[in-house]
Amino acid sequence: MANTFELIASSTVGSGGSANIDFTSIPSTYTDLVLKVSGRQGAENAFDITFNGATTSYVVRRLQGNGSSASFSDGSGTTTAIRVIGIASSGSTANTFGNSEIYIPNYAGSNNKSVSIDAVNEDNAAEAYMNLAAGIRSNTAAINQITITPRAGSLAEYSTAYLYGIKNS
Amino acid sequence: MAAGTTYEPIATTTLSGVSSYTFNSISGSYTDLILIGSINGVSSAADIWYRVGNGSVDTGSNYSWTWVSGFSSTTESSRASSNSKLYIDGWGTIGTGNSILRTSINNYSNTTTFKTLLVQRTDAAKEANAQVGLWRSTAAINTIQLGLDSGTFNSGTVLTLYGIAAA
Repeated sequence: MANTFELIASSTVGSGGSANIDFTSIPSTYTDLVLKVSGRQGAENAFDITFNGATTSYVVRRLQGNGSSASFSDGSGTTTAIRVIGIASSGSTANTFGNSEIYIPNYAGSNNKSVSIDAVNEDNAAEAYMNLAAGIRSNTAAINQITITPRAGSLAEYSTAYLYGIKNS
Repeated sequence: MAAGTTYEPIATTTLSGVSSYTFNSISGSYTDLILIGSINGVSSAADIWYRVGNGSVDTGSNYSWTWVSGFSSTTESSRASSNSKLYIDGWGTIGTGNSILRTSINNYSNTTTFKTLLVQRTDAAKEANAQVGLWRSTAAINTIQLGLDSGTFNSGTVLTLYGIAAA
């Protein structure tokens, strides 16, 4: 049986940084998508993900630990994107990069688009987070574009994003 | 190291109006298993669980689990032991909204250790739950059952079992 975990596209930020990473023309031939991000940016520990360029109808519920307490957000945050807390900021220890994985099942179907997110940042200091989050965009359009935008500043050099497709047959 | 096919779909099913589904006769030729569930809600809020086994699902009191969960604006962690099902509810029951279920079963086919299940279940309308489960048996796993205590999975729910081979 064929290998079904395939790289669709990738991006590595070069010198000078980048305002975003944009994966376009995502084929609909897979069952699920997996997006893996390793990144560092400006003064915040979060980046946003949007689908098809849209900035409406997103909800995220996030279970998070920061080294001293645990919390759960009730989904009342931003609706303009899926906000992922798991990227190193300018306040993080030098050379540290946060990591996250965003799983998107049935991305090409006619359902609302749910995502499951693992995201972490560890820097041997206080800028540490780990979280498991549920996200959804209440829109039935197939996802053919994913945009990663830092919440502050630019994505730093050496930040990476890899988009994989998985087929279940 | 030789490059090989390392992430393969073993079986997939689309559920409609059933309260459980069982993957049978799972090959022992992989290193690890991953089960992905795109759950299109359930008919009514219910407890959701796994059972596993060799030849048939084990209905004995051989399951335990520990979870950390967020619900509403609260967090909680707890555990249970010696149960006849491995419940993956976390804080509460699975709801009528969409859930994503991701489960890893590493070294599932060995015959010397008890088997651990790493489970994540997220629902953007309700909660996020991370969990570890244990099946106290050294038998290889070749059967996995996902079920509800009441009600049924909504139409459009998709379960896919993948195998990962180390070589």
